[in-house]
Amino acid sequence: MTTMAERTQTTSGGAPEPASGTQTLTMGKAINEGLRAAMRRDDKVMLMGEDIGPLGGVFRVTDGLQAEFGERRVVDTPLAESGIVGTAIGLAMRGYRPVCEIQFDGFVFPAFNQITTQLAKIHNRTRGAVQMPVVIRIPYGGGIGGVEHHGESPEALFAHTAGLRVVSPSTPQDAYTMIQEAIASPDPVIYFEPKSRYWGKGPVDLGAPVGTDTLNAAQVVRQGTDVTLVAYGPSTVTALKTADALAEEGRSAEVIDLRAISPIDTAAVVASVRKTGRCVVIHEAPVFFGAGAEIAARVTEECFYALEAPVLRVGGFHTPYPVAKHEHEYLPSVDRVLDAVDRAFAH
Amino acid sequence: MTTTNGSNEAIPTLQLLDPRGSRVTTRGTKGYRDRAAALTTEDLRGMYRDMVLTRRFDDEATSLQRQGELALFAPARGQEAAQVGSAYALRTQDYVFPSYREHGVLHVRGLDPVDRLRFFRGSDHGGWNPTQHNTAVYTIVIGAHALHAVGYAMGVQRDATPHDKHDGTAVITYFGDGATSQGDVNEAMVYAAVNEAPVVFFLQNNQWAISEPTTRQTRTPLYRRGEAFGMPSLRVDGNDVLAVYAATQEALERARNGEGPSFIEAFTYRMGAHTTSDDPTRYRTSDQEEEWRRRDPIDRLGTLLRAEGGLDDDFEAEIKAAGDELGAKLRTGVRALDGGPAVSSTFDDVYATPHGVVAAERAWYEAYDAGDPPAPQYAIAESAQGGAR
Repeated sequence: MTTMAERTQTTSGGAPEPASGTQTLTMGKAINEGLRAAMRRDDKVMLMGEDIGPLGGVFRVTDGLQAEFGERRVVDTPLAESGIVGTAIGLAMRGYRPVCEIQFDGFVFPAFNQITTQLAKIHNRTRGAVQMPVVIRIPYGGGIGGVEHHGESPEALFAHTAGLRVVSPSTPQDAYTMIQEAIASPDPVIYFEPKSRYWGKGPVDLGAPVGTDTLNAAQVVRQGTDVTLVAYGPSTVTALKTADALAEEGRSAEVIDLRAISPIDTAAVVASVRKTGRCVVIHEAPVFFGAGAEIAARVTEECFYALEAPVLRVGGFHTPYPVAKHEHEYLPSVDRVLDAVDRAFAH
Repeated sequence: MTTTNGSNEAIPTLQLLDPRGSRVTTRGTKGYRDRAAALTTEDLRGMYRDMVLTRRFDDEATSLQRQGELALFAPARGQEAAQVGSAYALRTQDYVFPSYREHGVLHVRGLDPVDRLRFFRGSDHGGWNPTQHNTAVYTIVIGAHALHAVGYAMGVQRDATPHDKHDGTAVITYFGDGATSQGDVNEAMVYAAVNEAPVVFFLQNNQWAISEPTTRQTRTPLYRRGEAFGMPSLRVDGNDVLAVYAATQEALERARNGEGPSFIEAFTYRMGAHTTSDDPTRYRTSDQEEEWRRRDPIDRLGTLLRAEGGLDDDFEAEIKAAGDELGAKLRTGVRALDGGPAVSSTFDDVYATPHGVVAAERAWYEAYDAGDPPAPQYAIAESAQGGAR
């Protein structure tokens, strides 16, 4: 777990001036720079996906990369997602480190078989003889007014599969570092990009060290004493805004950005809840069988006597992702999180 | 030779050795005949021996399953020519992506026979190290591995220097008639074609996908699928080891020469059950089985070899002795896998790097297994700061 002091400030007022090697970037551009850095570092890293070449991807995350690295390393694939992941597996067997782009969350399902029955299991099936250093980038989450299958949050389906690591950044800095750590990982990583945050800007230290921390460790992004808000990806910003609102009410919220939901940094959450006694988990994915259920269960097991209230969850409903006109009622809003915090304090 | 697909449509099929064991000299097949002619008597004796040993492996494994020593077995009986003939065309550096019935291919690749039964024993999800044999482990989800083969071939292309379009490595993937209906096999052909990947799609059409005849998978002869994706495609008599060898060698050469993928349909017959759990009497006739017994691929090559002086009673006895040795090795080796690996090895190799959930569950399990279950977590919480109520 990293602490607030170690974290680059991006959300509160008075963000630091970009230091040497630090630029203010959108999250989309930060991922682009992270991909570029990884490709410069290791010529086995290659990108595969639909429209990622001259177009630069529908979100322009791969903009300019084919021009720099050529068509053999930045591959416009046929329009077939199972093929993207299945051939990436074969390339990994040959020693490559493919980074696959799935165009939108709802389009990952044609590749679901390859990801869950093959990619996740080949290292185990071969008793460690064959590693699968494959990254699957998936723009996910709602709030952009998309049509059907353009606003979904399917991360729990992947976290439920042993063999996969599942992560999601919430800031440009994390996006930059996490994509590089995901690429460096010998394990397959499902890298969920919160598309509603693609255009949000923040400082990015382009010389930030690349280790393994962000694939395993949550970070406390705001310290507090009265309630712990646990979030990841797009919901981290919602949690921070909620914390601002709570501060006006005289309540001190601690906000944890999980970064990874497989594995979950349970220790970070437990340490916080033992201090605050209350916990609210926020994610866009449906609450039912979602990551919040897992966190609630673990917090209950490990913090039973510290809890002042049941662990509460705020997230999507057990319905298909709604039409764009209604999506803001479905997504966890500051108001709904505040409502959950009130319920936690009512105990 | 032509055969029919049930609708009396004649399908052109390469045949160099007819069911009576005579070499065939059909017009237009000289290139293939030359390839077959380049096989020495010693090569043919090797093929014959490996086909017989593949069948012996089948019989021994089936017996072991009946004795309760294997959970399941999928016999390859009837497909020995398709498997041994194609495997003989491979080089060591070529990479093989099998389905789950390619026991003859694995035999030729030199995989340990006991390792080949670890999966069916229920003591391993794989059984061998793919990197040591350039042979992937079996894939059970039908057709999924065809994409891995194409990806591997795309990697071969990327390893090549600009001056040498290929590094001499070709890739082959084996699959069955049922698999041709899978999206992944079709996507694999799309990816192979547009990338001109050095891969051979080797279809063993054994006419049965468990209980479903090929008519439930296709209305067109399956070799034409390859054509439709834009690659050279050929149907061969899959019980003719010479035709299989010649066609596979040609396709592999195309791959090595940077000429892209090829498709081979080896038309054969699954003489046995799908697996030891299957009952073919429920869905096919003994007449059909008898008809295909008369086209047995091993008898066919044996007849040729005897006629050409490559097979005598001494050699038959030698192969029989090798088969007995194989059987003894399997019976001893498979039973020695008893108990399999320690149960806690279930937690091994789930990830290549430490994963908190797996680490915690392993620790709990090992303590539980040792009769020392860890204290409930909430007891820890009681003593934690701010935890006591």
